[in-house]
Amino acid sequence: MTIKWRGWALATGVLAISAVAQAAPPTPAMLSNACAGCHGTNGGSAGLTMPSLAGQSKEAIEVAMKKFKSGERPGSIMGRIAKGYDEGQTSAIAEYFSKQKLHVTKQALDKAKIAKGASLQESNCGRCHIEDGREGKDDTPAMASQWLPYMQMQMADYLSGARKMPEKMKEKVDPMSKEDLEALLHFYASVN
Amino acid sequence: MTLDRRSFLKLVGAGVGAAGLPLIGRAAEMMPKSGKRVVVVGGGYGGTIAAKYIRMMDSSIEVVLIERGDHFVSCPFSNLYIGGILKDLSSLTITYDKLASNHGVKVVQAEVTGINAAAHTVMTSKGDIKYDRLVVSPGIDFRTEEYAGYNASTAELMPHSWKAGPQTLLLRKQLEQMKNGGNVVMSIPLGPFRCPPGPYERTSMIAMYLQKHKPKSKIIVLDANPDIVSKGKLFKQGWAKYYKDVIDYRPAKKVTAVDNNKMSVLVEGIEEIHGDVINLIPSQRAADLAVKSGLVGEDKKWCPINMGTFESTIHKDIHVIGDSSIAGAMPKSGYSANSEAKVCATNVVALMNNRDIVELSGINTCYSFITEKEAVSVAAVYKLDNGKIVGVKGAGGVSPDLSTTEAIYAHSWVKNILTEMST
Repeated sequence: MTIKWRGWALATGVLAISAVAQAAPPTPAMLSNACAGCHGTNGGSAGLTMPSLAGQSKEAIEVAMKKFKSGERPGSIMGRIAKGYDEGQTSAIAEYFSKQKLHVTKQALDKAKIAKGASLQESNCGRCHIEDGREGKDDTPAMASQWLPYMQMQMADYLSGARKMPEKMKEKVDPMSKEDLEALLHFYASVN
Repeated sequence: MTLDRRSFLKLVGAGVGAAGLPLIGRAAEMMPKSGKRVVVVGGGYGGTIAAKYIRMMDSSIEVVLIERGDHFVSCPFSNLYIGGILKDLSSLTITYDKLASNHGVKVVQAEVTGINAAAHTVMTSKGDIKYDRLVVSPGIDFRTEEYAGYNASTAELMPHSWKAGPQTLLLRKQLEQMKNGGNVVMSIPLGPFRCPPGPYERTSMIAMYLQKHKPKSKIIVLDANPDIVSKGKLFKQGWAKYYKDVIDYRPAKKVTAVDNNKMSVLVEGIEEIHGDVINLIPSQRAADLAVKSGLVGEDKKWCPINMGTFESTIHKDIHVIGDSSIAGAMPKSGYSANSEAKVCATNVVALMNNRDIVELSGINTCYSFITEKEAVSVAAVYKLDNGKIVGVKGAGGVSPDLSTTEAIYAHSWVKNILTEMST
């Protein structure tokens, strides 16, 4: 029936939209929307151990994907997912999420820890995690308003060695107590 | 012929509701259409996302979501209730109010009684609704006719629990009421069926329950398939580790008949197996609505589609997503339906705006619990290849082992995907 109709449309010189329309390669939105089932609409995560990608820096997402792909960064399914995209597609996804508005989370945080973290962050982390963690230098991830459980899991992976810490971070983290680190995470989770 | 006529009417600028078309005017039309409108049928994993994303992508399109219920209960994670990890179904239940308030989706709670493809009209229990394009995400129904002795009361005696809600509660209740030492029998149909790893996760969850509360009981799994359909190695690993004496897994055992009075099933019409609790998961097909509307193909089971746009290859301007559709390599899973809905939304909007369609890119992710704390996962990335949905080579696959990490991420998975559907 479709063929018949198309035949009719062509014969009468009327070419309407139909299934023969041209297909453009996957757009950044097409690629990124598929991620939103786990990372939330436009990259704003509601799942406590999955990071929001909304407003994350392009470089940070690119590097994260690269490390998932190579197996350098541990996770659940991300290593297997990252392998599904070439460099251009990965960049397109990274850019798409970097342009989304920061996802502000509402979570129960400890006020004393936030205050302590605030006093520690500038001198210890502020050179790379700039603007109170709203932005990151080069490929440093933004951490503002990320879920505390997500950041705690990542920090545990860093401390166990499952995830490799950048040298500069290691220099700062090594001398810090667990309480200090926990306070820092509460602080970053509170920033919006 | 009707299609030619309708297209003709459209091309010459006549209204679709022109007099003379059958069925129009028979029932009251509700919500008269003024501008561009997409109607979405089914408020589950596919339909909610299609409705929301169409509105997000083009707010000039009116979107009407028709769903028979006032809420939806997720099948993913419902096995955790059966096993006792979840105490109720509240965390798996979504409503539609925020799709309305946040995105302007017009939600109509009504039963769809039919689709008139030629007249671009959906008939509902509340009246007729017209559309420019229709997205159907109706899920599955059962081929109960394949089981001799199956009748109207069988699902109450031997629940399928393959649509979450009362059926989920029923199976759990039956397990609780079963005597210690009683046997649970599960029947798994031949694929394809909704959620390929689902029966095996459920086996794990029931085994976990039995071990804890009915230590003299066991579960006999009658699988019509020659082997575990999905994540096979991981399930076998988990069962050997935790449930060695609880699970009696029997592959290639196709149940062909049931006996309500004797509470038994018949394997290949010969071997009678009694169960104190029987979880009979019947073989499946696209939901009744899809069958009734002529959207299923020659197999009479599933809906053939253009895999780039999810438009039915049978009825123009009707798109079928989720479990009902034949979506190539994408499995009948919640995450697939979510991903398909977004591809469909993108291209429905493109087609309605006379723009080029965008090639599919999709993902499936799926977690299954083995114990309360350990889970396994499978993931894949999809693309279009010569008009067919295929997995991207080198990507995807299953988790290397069962782990607590997988379980932790699984909980975030369900939180995110249900939030996406309902906000």
